[in-house]
Amino acid sequence: MEQSYSPAEMMTVAAARGLGNGTVCFVGIGIPSAAANLARLTHAPDVVLIYESGTIGAKPTVLPLSIGDGELADTADTVVSVPEIFRYWLQGGRVDVGFLGAAQVDKYGRLNTTMIGGSYEQPKLRLPGAGGAPEIATSAKEVWIVLHHSKRALVERLAFVTSSGFVDKSSSTHARGRGPTTLVTDLCVMRSDPETNELVLTTLHPGVTVEQVQQETGWSLRIAENLSVNAEPTQEELHTLRDLYERTRRAHGDDDSGAEKG
Amino acid sequence: MAEITDLRSAVAELVRDGSQIALEGFTHLIPTAAAQEIIRQRRKDLHLVRMTPDIIYDQMIGMGCAGKLTFSWGGNPGVGSLYRFREAIQSGVPNPLSIEEHSHADMAARYQAGAAGLPFAILRGYVGSDLPRYNRNIRFMDCPFTGETLAITPALNPDVTIIHAQKADRRGNVLIEGIIGIQKEAALAARRVIVTVEEIVDELHAPMNACVLPGWVLTCVCEVPGGAHPSYTHGYYERDNAFCKRWDGISRDMTVFTEWMSRNVLGTASFAEFQARLAAERVGA
Repeated sequence: MEQSYSPAEMMTVAAARGLGNGTVCFVGIGIPSAAANLARLTHAPDVVLIYESGTIGAKPTVLPLSIGDGELADTADTVVSVPEIFRYWLQGGRVDVGFLGAAQVDKYGRLNTTMIGGSYEQPKLRLPGAGGAPEIATSAKEVWIVLHHSKRALVERLAFVTSSGFVDKSSSTHARGRGPTTLVTDLCVMRSDPETNELVLTTLHPGVTVEQVQQETGWSLRIAENLSVNAEPTQEELHTLRDLYERTRRAHGDDDSGAEKG
Repeated sequence: MAEITDLRSAVAELVRDGSQIALEGFTHLIPTAAAQEIIRQRRKDLHLVRMTPDIIYDQMIGMGCAGKLTFSWGGNPGVGSLYRFREAIQSGVPNPLSIEEHSHADMAARYQAGAAGLPFAILRGYVGSDLPRYNRNIRFMDCPFTGETLAITPALNPDVTIIHAQKADRRGNVLIEGIIGIQKEAALAARRVIVTVEEIVDELHAPMNACVLPGWVLTCVCEVPGGAHPSYTHGYYERDNAFCKRWDGISRDMTVFTEWMSRNVLGTASFAEFQARLAAERVGA
């Protein structure tokens, strides 16, 4: 039987599906955390979730509201300090996928979480800042980005480049990994061209058209020749995701699942 | 040797106007009581350092305690923005606030360098980021062995670091458990250290490899039960998510914020009194 689902659920499911079993994943709060836990609870029971608070191998039964929730420490294989997580585990090259959200992304997968409008010194809108992103983008073997698709989010030109991971081959400044390889939104999935680093539209979510994606994208889209359509969420994926949100809501004592911000 | 004292005396003695103060605690063990005591004592022009400025720095900035902020992520985790932090940067309210912005990995490395007595931190960082263009403390050098360009930033050595922990013994040895964050490095990097703890006990019973700060590297240890609220203390109480969400409404408007802070923080003599007032409000609501 067909079950209806929201674009946000499709986005989370699509992001989760890309994480293979055993993948070591450095997880940001919000949709990345929901997707990584959905993967762990469905097809990838041995995915390793690392949160920047120092929790390695966290297996939370409810989604954390912050990267440092006690739930993460209680369910982790080990808890290390913040310098250790960034130096030995991330910079040391032990992370397969860095999983990030952002306010803005450009066609190279560079992210802005710093400011929008005005000048850096006196911005119209000040955002939280870099957090772990610049070094996650540099040191994870690849970076996945998840965010809601809109012209305000997918922009031609970032107000500020907070993190890149983009490899400038002429520079002696190295990124160790491949940088941003995958962008998952509530409309589609884009993957980077290994030559130019540019994100290419590769997969549409069911019912979404190329025109719709172009309409909501601030740059002129490149479209893969073998453009495909994602499978709809399965019953198991939807039930698992909704149960996870429901448990989270009950645990946090309200109707805010903590899935959107962080 | 750490002096076991009350928080008011510790702040009065160690936190001076204009000094560089780091309050650390990575989502867990945030030293809220100490931050509010600094506000009560109307400290000014502080250079506040913290990886994750959250509610406590929103309060200190909004109350005019800060002249400069060094940080890597400023937000109310899981909730959204910090409006006092935002407005201070966007419009200089209540006073101009200069900022020095780094990444988490860099701030952690800077504390490590400070604790290790080195002049600078080194990391593979900021590749392709705009941050080094706006922060002259982020520079680059070529590795003399491999030629790789790496980011370097000055060590952090705060005048005072303030942290919260589970417990101390009567000689001031402190045990930190759970998500230990950057507390050990921030404490060892500082010239003076204040630790607030949930309780002071006869015996720590610390496991062999536990995170223990010996009393002889600390300056003051103060017993402040609940001192991390609305953050949490692993093994003692959970995070007060409802308060963190409520903060969004309080901090959004300067008038509401000032009124709330005047009544609840300036209008109380101690953190215990502040907590009693919050509890009474909850019952009354």
